[in-house]
Amino acid sequence: MYRYDEFDREFVAARVAQFRDQVARRVSGELSEDNFKPLRLHNGVYLQLHAYMLRVAVPYGTLNSSQMRMLAHIARKYDRDYGHFTTRQNIQFNWPKLADIPDILEDLASVEMHAIQTSGNCIRNVTADHFAGASADEVADPRPYAEILRQWSTIHPEFLFLPRKFKIAVIGSPSDRAAMQFHDIGLEVRKNDQGELGLRVFVGGGLGRTPMIGKLIRDWLPEEDMLSYCEAILRVYNLYGRRDNKYKARIKILVHETGLEELKEDVEVEFERIRDGVLKLPDEDVAAITEYFAPPQFDQIPERSDSIEHAKLDNRSFARWVGQNVSEHSQSGYGIVTVALKGTGEAPGDATSAQMDVLADLGERYSHDELRVSHEQNVILPHVRLSDLKAVYDALLEAGMASPNAGLITDIIACPGLDYCALATARSIPVAQELSQRFADLDRQNDIGELKLKISGCINACGHHHVGHIGILGVDRRGEELYQVTLGGSGDEQAAVGEIIGRGFAADEITNAVETIVDTYLSRRLSDDETFLDAYRRLGPQPFKDALYPAKEAA
Amino acid sequence: MTTLKTPIAFTANNLLDGEAVWLGRNGAWVKSVASANVFSTEDERKIAFEAAARADQENLVVEPYEIEVAFESGQVTPLKFRERIRATGPTMRLDLGKQAEQSAAVEIAAAAA
Repeated sequence: MYRYDEFDREFVAARVAQFRDQVARRVSGELSEDNFKPLRLHNGVYLQLHAYMLRVAVPYGTLNSSQMRMLAHIARKYDRDYGHFTTRQNIQFNWPKLADIPDILEDLASVEMHAIQTSGNCIRNVTADHFAGASADEVADPRPYAEILRQWSTIHPEFLFLPRKFKIAVIGSPSDRAAMQFHDIGLEVRKNDQGELGLRVFVGGGLGRTPMIGKLIRDWLPEEDMLSYCEAILRVYNLYGRRDNKYKARIKILVHETGLEELKEDVEVEFERIRDGVLKLPDEDVAAITEYFAPPQFDQIPERSDSIEHAKLDNRSFARWVGQNVSEHSQSGYGIVTVALKGTGEAPGDATSAQMDVLADLGERYSHDELRVSHEQNVILPHVRLSDLKAVYDALLEAGMASPNAGLITDIIACPGLDYCALATARSIPVAQELSQRFADLDRQNDIGELKLKISGCINACGHHHVGHIGILGVDRRGEELYQVTLGGSGDEQAAVGEIIGRGFAADEITNAVETIVDTYLSRRLSDDETFLDAYRRLGPQPFKDALYPAKEAA
Repeated sequence: MTTLKTPIAFTANNLLDGEAVWLGRNGAWVKSVASANVFSTEDERKIAFEAAARADQENLVVEPYEIEVAFESGQVTPLKFRERIRATGPTMRLDLGKQAEQSAAVEIAAAAA
């Protein structure tokens, strides 16, 4: 993992001191809310319905056990004993007092964490594949690239007041587990025929009110040019991106309105101008950063653990959990554990301080001190020996975190929605909870198979509904919550934006509507192996429309 | 004296802890919407608006705004669902927010009785 150097430490400490002073001046009245608001937002402090909210960055979703323990401590000491893991691999605390926030930031700094640039029109926390450095299909670990981007983008003076926020995601596998093509810049680390590492660059992807799939702007970019090329994109965006209308200010709109070819010309001209300048990445710098992410010392162990195979035979629940929540690791004898924060009827992504402590302990003891936060609001233990799986499972079971539903219909993404969020127009969590209860039967979930269900409580799409195989968007219709359904979205390498299926459903109808969609799929699939998404792509929307909106029988 | 189509109250968040508050009687900001002062005429609204703006300037509260309210069973109740959630707490966590404090108060009163 990356460790702060002297510069990082001093910078974060100075920033905490600066914010402490800003809070003091706000409380004394020296700063008005108009003065203070942009300052607090740049430090991740929002004002929500019930209280302030602090969004803490988890850079590219990677954290160690001390950091997880600190998050638990903050939840316990300053908040209401829980935190909410978000779809951007961050964590939010929903109840901090303004006066406590400088102390919280100081505590975070003591474990090399902060909340800088988790809000505002700047380059936000860079996200990455949550299986980075562990997955069997990886070409290269994306995190060194994400860390280099973090260092470059942190208080980059030119890019702190962009037309709108800017999100970058990096993956290092052909499988896209980070919804990379739905980011302002998406980077895929690849190897060319000569074995050299470089990047495929996408631009102009995004969700929100105008969902767009990122467009391929460069099929091959040498890794040494990553920062120069990103800077060229940002500079062109900063110059031409719209500032007159916040709903048209993201780079996706610029790409769409200008056209990729014209924009690419501008980017390439700027790139050629700066590519041999200070941003060219020296090999030794890349190597030094990469060294921080060197794989842990794995033991040479057999691919198969007999004790685990026996345990699976003895314990059906454990076998189910292994089958669903443990993914293939690049190292023989290891597995990647997804801890689904999606127990039946629970709020997706919420974890109590006690649960965070358990996660920290498990990460420390069984996963080489590493944990990840996924954009699907789960926590990952990336490097677990197969022979340790039973011990991990037992501990998770005791802590209420052993849901064997990763990737299934109840592994739901949901934004905080109207229960917390000042922007929301409808509730999301209660919808997720009701669906989770309706589909709680594990045999049924397994029969349905892979199905990504994503719920947003407003058009800003924090719940990624556009890329849900089934997406749900809550809106306000004349004071009542109404839920629109989209089908066929996908955030993986076969990126697709879901299609609106028809008129929306009231809060007390939406669970039945989802069940109708699922039943239609089950009755129409070619075989048990045809997933919901495959079936939808084959069938199109009509059978689902027919089931959801049966024509009224003629009188 | 113009009567408002719908009675209103003023709400904001406390500067120090961010808690939702309402403009109460005597110009104080209160933590329960039940104690909010309800304004029914244009003249009252103007006076209340000035009081709210003053509290904003004096850094007591943040970004005050008016909400529509009604009396339900004699209680001041916001009309909009969003404002009802602000007045109570997250709908799926009854142990959090004002609803938790209110139920705790009821429990204490019951225990004392």
